[in-house]
Amino acid sequence: MSLDLATTRRIAKLARIGLEDAELENVRQKLDGILGWVDQLSEVDVEGVPPMVGTETEALRQREDVVTDGNCRDAILSCAPEKSGPFYTVPKVVE
Amino acid sequence: MSYVIEGKTGSWEIVVGLEVHAQIVSNSKLFSGASTTFGAEPNSQVSLVDAAFPGMLPVINKECVAQAVRTGLGLNARINLESRFDRKNYFYADLPQGYQISQFAHPIVGEGTIEIELSSGEIRKIGITRLHMEQDAGKLIHDQDPTKSMVDLNRAGVALMEIVSEPDIREPEEAGAYLRKLRQILRYLGTCDGNMEEGSMRADVNVSVRKAGEPFRTRCEIKNVNSIRFVMQAIEAEAARQVEIWESGGEVDQETRLFDAARGETRTMRSKEDAHDYRYFPDPDLLPLVIEQEWVDALKAALPELPDAKRARFQSDYGIPFYDAGVLVAEQAVADFYETVAKGRDGKLAVSWVTGDLFAALNRTSKTIETSPVSAEALGKMLDLIADGTINGKIAKEVFEDMVETGEGPDAIVEKKGLRQVTDTGVIDAAIESVMASNADKVAEYRSGKDKLFGFFVGLVMKETKGKANPALVNEALKSKLDA
Repeated sequence: MSLDLATTRRIAKLARIGLEDAELENVRQKLDGILGWVDQLSEVDVEGVPPMVGTETEALRQREDVVTDGNCRDAILSCAPEKSGPFYTVPKVVE
Repeated sequence: MSYVIEGKTGSWEIVVGLEVHAQIVSNSKLFSGASTTFGAEPNSQVSLVDAAFPGMLPVINKECVAQAVRTGLGLNARINLESRFDRKNYFYADLPQGYQISQFAHPIVGEGTIEIELSSGEIRKIGITRLHMEQDAGKLIHDQDPTKSMVDLNRAGVALMEIVSEPDIREPEEAGAYLRKLRQILRYLGTCDGNMEEGSMRADVNVSVRKAGEPFRTRCEIKNVNSIRFVMQAIEAEAARQVEIWESGGEVDQETRLFDAARGETRTMRSKEDAHDYRYFPDPDLLPLVIEQEWVDALKAALPELPDAKRARFQSDYGIPFYDAGVLVAEQAVADFYETVAKGRDGKLAVSWVTGDLFAALNRTSKTIETSPVSAEALGKMLDLIADGTINGKIAKEVFEDMVETGEGPDAIVEKKGLRQVTDTGVIDAAIESVMASNADKVAEYRSGKDKLFGFFVGLVMKETKGKANPALVNEALKSKLDA
């Protein structure tokens, strides 16, 4: 596995992380190292073994359809970097 | 007759597939216990899960799963007993998690079909590719501040079903018929209210064009079209745009577009370079969703009668034509109304009153079947009065109009206005004699062979009895007196 600079730039863009050109090679090397390490897993032969989806054997727990939560606007908005009245606010986004 | 676009280089056909987002009817959200009620105070129905606070874990709502399964069953589709949730990653201000929990590789519902009916009466099958569950996003409000957008997360996390059709649609009209039929099924099932104005049902439209016999060409996706009429207009506009590009030697780019209803055209929403790379991966917070066949069977056993089945039953139980049955089952409330009127009575007479006089009255008074000034029971009682000879068909119209106006029962109106049908042959004979006496010339004409005048005499006798005479008795007595 070898990660190129263009892919590194694209990953950064998708993750909304701004990278200067000078930083790019450094990040590329580090990510490449991580991916290479994880890639060792593909040396294991898993032919015919069903994918493991979790460490628990139970299926997904389900809850009943009742309203038990919400009504905590002030608490939620207290953590907002920007707000106005009952709303969060963000820089204007119009498509 | 199929839809073609005549271009400079020949005829083009259109290829359309629809992705419908339908909000699931439930009390609480897909993965949190916050309420789903529409129109609440901004951000009042938001839990820490919906606002994506660190460490919050999603727990699935069993009823939302049941609703998705019911919908799958209503679409004659395969139910997958094991399905999974994935994260669809993208950044947008209405999506606090930075990803939408959706089902990508393993949806809960697989292939199905919908039968649609075109205005020509032709029936077509449209394939369903899949149905999966996912979270809705919040809402952005742009018009309250010149530099800021307001974020309301009440809708964030509400359960959606995304219902994807095969690219089987070849005409704008078919797309309209498909959406109407899908909405009808969802409403019958009670799994989505189908309200496009409030956004609880929205459509993404995939359109491409090709020459007959060709493989598919590049398609464009028109996002978030919010009415059936706009879907049909958007398809026409987009298909015409693509034909023009191909014919002028260009290439259609695969892209996401918006439909501008005011201008009747589509325009680019996201260019190709920004095309989304969602980097789907299995959501590590959620184990696979496993449901039991017995549970699915129980849900199936409890499904309401769906429109196609109801239509067939109305035809056979009440002896009414396929077309009329279709009009009645279009809305469940109308079907229920009709059935109350028709049960144990003349089904054909019932359908003519419901789709004729009643619909006209609702239209005129701007009422709906739910707020009808005449109840199904009252209309049924009026049909009984016709059946037992208390009133004739003509007087029934008068009684009905009175019922619409006053909301009174038919019995009371007949008594109050003295509309009881005249079956007293003495009264009828007297009316006939009076008519014959004052129209001696016409009687002579009739007797000399102009028997078309019979209807003229019937009319006068009915007038003389203020429309209340029993028409059969009038006919009989008139005939014997004129022929005497």
